[in-house]
Amino acid sequence: MTPRTRLQITAAAPDPALLDLPWDVPLADWPAERLAALPRGISRHTVRFARLSGRVVAIKEIGETVAYREYELLRQLGRLDVPSVEPVGVITGRTAPDGEPLEAVLITQHLRFSLPYRALFSQALRPDTATRLIDALAVLLVRLHLVGFYWGDVSLSNTLFRRDAETFAAYLVDAETGDLHDELTPGQRAYDLEVARVNIIGELMDLQAGEFLDEDVDAVAIGDALAERYEELWSALTSSESFGLNERWRVQARIERLNDLGFDVGELDITTDIDGTTVRIQPKVVDAGHHSRRLMRLTGLDVQENQARRLLNDLDQYVAAMDRQNDDETFVAHDWLTDVFEPAVRAVPRDLRPKLEPAQLYHELLDHRWFLSEAQKRDVPMREAVKSYTQDILPNRPDEESILGVSAADLREDTDVIPVVRD
Amino acid sequence: MATVTFDKATRVYPGTERPAVDALDLHIEDGEFLVLVGPSGCGKSTSLRMLAGLEDVNAGRILIGDRDVTDVQPKDRDIAMVFQNYALYPHMTVADNMGFALKIAGTPKAEIRTRVEEAAKILDLTQYLDRKPKALSGGQRQRVAMGRAIVRQPRVFLMDEPLSNLDAKLRVQTRTQIASLQRRLGVTTVYVTHDQTEALTMGDRIAVLKDGLLQQVGTPRDMYDTPANVFVAGFIGSPAMNIGTFPITDGVAKVGSAGIAVPRDVLGTLASDDNNSITIGFRPEALDVVPQGTPDSIPVSVNIVEELGSDAFVYGSLVGEAGAADVHSGAGDSQVIVRVDPRQVPAKGETIHVRIRTGEQHLFHAGSGERIAH
Repeated sequence: MTPRTRLQITAAAPDPALLDLPWDVPLADWPAERLAALPRGISRHTVRFARLSGRVVAIKEIGETVAYREYELLRQLGRLDVPSVEPVGVITGRTAPDGEPLEAVLITQHLRFSLPYRALFSQALRPDTATRLIDALAVLLVRLHLVGFYWGDVSLSNTLFRRDAETFAAYLVDAETGDLHDELTPGQRAYDLEVARVNIIGELMDLQAGEFLDEDVDAVAIGDALAERYEELWSALTSSESFGLNERWRVQARIERLNDLGFDVGELDITTDIDGTTVRIQPKVVDAGHHSRRLMRLTGLDVQENQARRLLNDLDQYVAAMDRQNDDETFVAHDWLTDVFEPAVRAVPRDLRPKLEPAQLYHELLDHRWFLSEAQKRDVPMREAVKSYTQDILPNRPDEESILGVSAADLREDTDVIPVVRD
Repeated sequence: MATVTFDKATRVYPGTERPAVDALDLHIEDGEFLVLVGPSGCGKSTSLRMLAGLEDVNAGRILIGDRDVTDVQPKDRDIAMVFQNYALYPHMTVADNMGFALKIAGTPKAEIRTRVEEAAKILDLTQYLDRKPKALSGGQRQRVAMGRAIVRQPRVFLMDEPLSNLDAKLRVQTRTQIASLQRRLGVTTVYVTHDQTEALTMGDRIAVLKDGLLQQVGTPRDMYDTPANVFVAGFIGSPAMNIGTFPITDGVAKVGSAGIAVPRDVLGTLASDDNNSITIGFRPEALDVVPQGTPDSIPVSVNIVEELGSDAFVYGSLVGEAGAADVHSGAGDSQVIVRVDPRQVPAKGETIHVRIRTGEQHLFHAGSGERIAH
């Protein structure tokens, strides 16, 4: 009954700078100089980006209960190691100077080097960009379902994408309709997938209606592709298979297939039938990040799954080139790090480094070296490749640390200006 | 259009003992707007999800019409979850926004146009069909979102606390829109809320749940006038009913120095676990303020007076011997709420005397909480 005039900030690591933001003003009315100009996806709520202590945060105005709930869910997802945005905090008790209560807000960290889907689709859509985005989303959905998280509103707008070597990794942005269970029923998974399919098709059709995407692109086919990829992956990770006792190599083959897909097997169920002639295996616990974990163990580098796979390949080639197959892999990995990886990344001038994440940078350097070698019909050394890349390629790439392409004054729900991202 | 039947439907979450939904028996008529209401954790959302196919059914069945859908996938049940996704596509027209799900399903263009136009007429959006969402007000955009569900012509609409994300103003607006829309469309609707005011204003019938068990189902009038047990009595109606348990002496329930006569036939129904007491409920508006000394009047010390213009409510404590009575209300323990004439409000600290109007008390068993018919 007595109006609350005190702001209440709930945050795991409260940043005093939060107090400097104009919480007594409705979010939609925040002045442009407070905001970071980033393209927003389609949302039913008011969302704005602001700068905070050298980083960018996303602020969403929603009801108090919903805000706390989503904050808690995002924290749990983080603990479960699911790719998602990091929650910063919830602010309630907001009032305008005249005493009128304002909506609560949920604050999340803007994902560095992330790209909204609308920035990735453009007039010149590469045929496989859509496939790669959909693959990334399928992997995310499978990972969410594996930990028992039901999303409820899967869509491209609720996802952010990051480059991951030659493909993308998807991150969950909006957990508002989500629910964490011990295990999901097939009905829940099927519904989540169907919602995803319909939403994605709708979002692509919207891009077509706004002439950001070519009319000839088959939006329905892309949505259907998501469902297919999901089912394939889910089956590979969770289905059981049976074989004769003499085919025991299939056990290792299954584990390797999962590793290849980027997953470790935490628990494998093995049963034999009564006469012991048939073996049935079924993965019970699978953990994503097989390659990134291995790379982390060997080098301390914390990168995404496909980047890790690429770097491990490069490491393998280094081992072969140095003829050090018999050495302890940790020592060789350390040498690769100090003699190959770090010098290459450091050779890129500091002012150009924010263009790409280091591991992604290295991945592009490797690609560039390959191109040069092919074109010149010789083995171009890394030093040369780095120089050529730094001079000719990198300066022309837009900064991806945070995509700045829209002026803050243009911040409307349906921004008609979408920054072009080279792909 | 279809009926919906929960046939002893049960949901037990793995690792728990108490069912989240316990043998729910509920039949919803064709075209009915049924509200599932109850406190947090009562099983209302779980029941809705069982109907949607998003929750396993451990025992019993779910039927839509005559069809047993207990094991049918959500998308094959011909239901529509309304408001699950109402972010509108900014570059599509209102017409395209409403019809795109049909477009994906491969419905012929002409039929999409027909269905969209029909829905637009019902939603008062006809003149906006070829506009973009940004030209619409907040309320109109809500209606476009409803339109998405309507054009799919499902047999049942499911709504799970759709107003909880909205600010207070939009909530009241949308509440009215949903109710009048459902009346025009006549589609069977199952609606979940924790807010009993929403339930009372929107539902044809209300089903109150607590701890997974159905407490009572009936029209808002039934639930308000004839609550089946103490829980429903205290849950439905705002401000809440005053409820207290009083010892019976010589056929009279003693509320301190005041006494409320208990009818003979009621005395005969008392059980051993009632411990010779009876639970009496009386709504704030069932009390008359009477002069001191009036027989059977109850003294109340005024703590706060809530003046609402058209109404006034006194929040007070029972005085003296009456103060020892076990009474609860919307004001808290040992307090009662009394509706008074807004032009004659007592002062804080004053003692008023109130009496329950004849026939307006509700009697319940002190042991089981069940209503005693009288």
